[in-house]
Amino acid sequence: MMEWLSPEEQQAVLLSLRVAFWATIVSLPFGVFTAYALARWRFPGKQIVNGLVHLPLILPPVVTGYLLLITFGRRAPIGAALHEIGITFAFRWTGAALAAAIVAFPLMVRAMRLSIEAVDPKLEQAAGALGASRIWVFLTVTLPLILPGVLTGAILAFAKAMGEFGATITFVSNIPGQTQTLPSAIYAFLQVPGGESSALRLVGISVAIAMLALLASELLARRLARRISG
Amino acid sequence: MSLSVRLTHSFEDRRFDIAFDAPGGVTVLFGGSGSGKTTIVNAVAGLLRPEAGRIAVEDRVLFDSDTGTNLKPHKRRLGYIFQEGRLFPHLSVKQNLLYGRWFAPKSALPARLEDVVEMLGIGPLLTRRPSALSGGEKQRVAIGRALLASPELILADEPLAALDEARKAEILPYFERLRDEARVPILYVSHSAAEVARLATSVVVLQNGKVARQGPASEVLSDPSVAPMGVRSVGAVLEAHVRCHHNDGLSELNAGGVPLFLPRVSKDIGDLVRVRVAAQDVMLSRDRPVGLSALNIVPGTVASIRSGTGPGAIVSLDTAAGRILSRVTRRSVADLGLAPGVSCHAIIKTVSVSPQDVGG
Repeated sequence: MMEWLSPEEQQAVLLSLRVAFWATIVSLPFGVFTAYALARWRFPGKQIVNGLVHLPLILPPVVTGYLLLITFGRRAPIGAALHEIGITFAFRWTGAALAAAIVAFPLMVRAMRLSIEAVDPKLEQAAGALGASRIWVFLTVTLPLILPGVLTGAILAFAKAMGEFGATITFVSNIPGQTQTLPSAIYAFLQVPGGESSALRLVGISVAIAMLALLASELLARRLARRISG
Repeated sequence: MSLSVRLTHSFEDRRFDIAFDAPGGVTVLFGGSGSGKTTIVNAVAGLLRPEAGRIAVEDRVLFDSDTGTNLKPHKRRLGYIFQEGRLFPHLSVKQNLLYGRWFAPKSALPARLEDVVEMLGIGPLLTRRPSALSGGEKQRVAIGRALLASPELILADEPLAALDEARKAEILPYFERLRDEARVPILYVSHSAAEVARLATSVVVLQNGKVARQGPASEVLSDPSVAPMGVRSVGAVLEAHVRCHHNDGLSELNAGGVPLFLPRVSKDIGDLVRVRVAAQDVMLSRDRPVGLSALNIVPGTVASIRSGTGPGAIVSLDTAAGRILSRVTRRSVADLGLAPGVSCHAIIKTVSVSPQDVGG
């Protein structure tokens, strides 16, 4: 279906979809947990955690990428340890997914936190009084009520991950077929003479995917909200 | 089963030192804001840890500062009915009703869904969402949900306060049925004298973080000394049987051999009803009055007279129908020569008893 794209362009689109998908799916539980902790718990150092979560939003992406490189690079202590057990991030698509996940994380957490704060704690109290332990309260009351927010957070994160460029290119470089995501490919095409038409096609796809994601989230959130409030 | 509560606790600059026992039936916690009602309910529910004390349902200890016992809220086996209903908006009425059952221990004798639905008249609502219910319907579902969790104690925290008068009148009978049919004690927080009179088996009056008075409802409510404690419309509760319904819109009741005429009560002949007679609606006369429009004239003797610094006094009268209170002026007390032991007549206007004051 993508024969109007060159193999290189196709590769970039598919890679970006894969990177964004895994970045979103794997960070989803962490996002829900962090959002819940920030919305509901009081603990020492909460502001520091909050700051750390939001840091990628305000740091220059190249700084995030460099920090990832000196943490998860093959010669960095954590990166080396992970490499030992078979998890490699440096110059792999997994690294691109990690960078995308980290940069998209604040957006995901913000959307989820807002929806958790909108849940009346009195409902959770009522569930507890009816015999539900905390985990059951979360699964049967909180989670269903925040589903629209979780979904919005996930889709925003997906869209952000699709577009991540600075941290990715710093951390895992720009290797066609390996780490050359859609934005990296656009950048690469613009560096060579006659690459504009390829770049323009990819730009079109970028815009289409972003629009689709937003529309889908809007529709799903609306349908869920209707289901929840009856 | 019974509930026993002993606790001391400090909150902001208030000090609570509370001890009471709630036998079966409805125990009403009565008191103004800051009197300790919320502290007690939260402590019983496990939402607040008192500094010291012991809370137990029969011999099951929920909290004991001496042994360090403090059961988590979800392990306390309570049915909590909140002021605002707190139904889960994402679940249907039926799913709401059955929510607590998922977590009730298998050993618990489960209340049957059909019975509860029947008792509360919520059959037609089962498939609806809470957002499609009226305030009164929501509260009925909340009662059912608490009941179906097979609780060992029901907590009702001002469950009618958020409703208008018409809705209150709609819900009160269900609480009466709950009292009569559920075999678990009910701790009921209220500051409405009408609710207390209709529902209470026993009453605990709270004032400034202490139990000011506790005992059977008929005793506490007709005790004039509780009037200054916020039992604003102090009044007596008379128990009477319906004798017959007259076709001029009146019902004739028999209270200990004394006939009482009230606006038509929606009870069957022979049923026992509780009638609240507010002290301010009772006049006194030394001689049996004649040519008077009031239909109810009850002879009795003065048991006690209480007065404060104001111009009013509350006279308690022992009658065959039970104790009746009357709020009169101190001047009248002097003019009539009222004193303990003096015989006199209580005059109750039929129309002064509103339907809210009559319960089962």
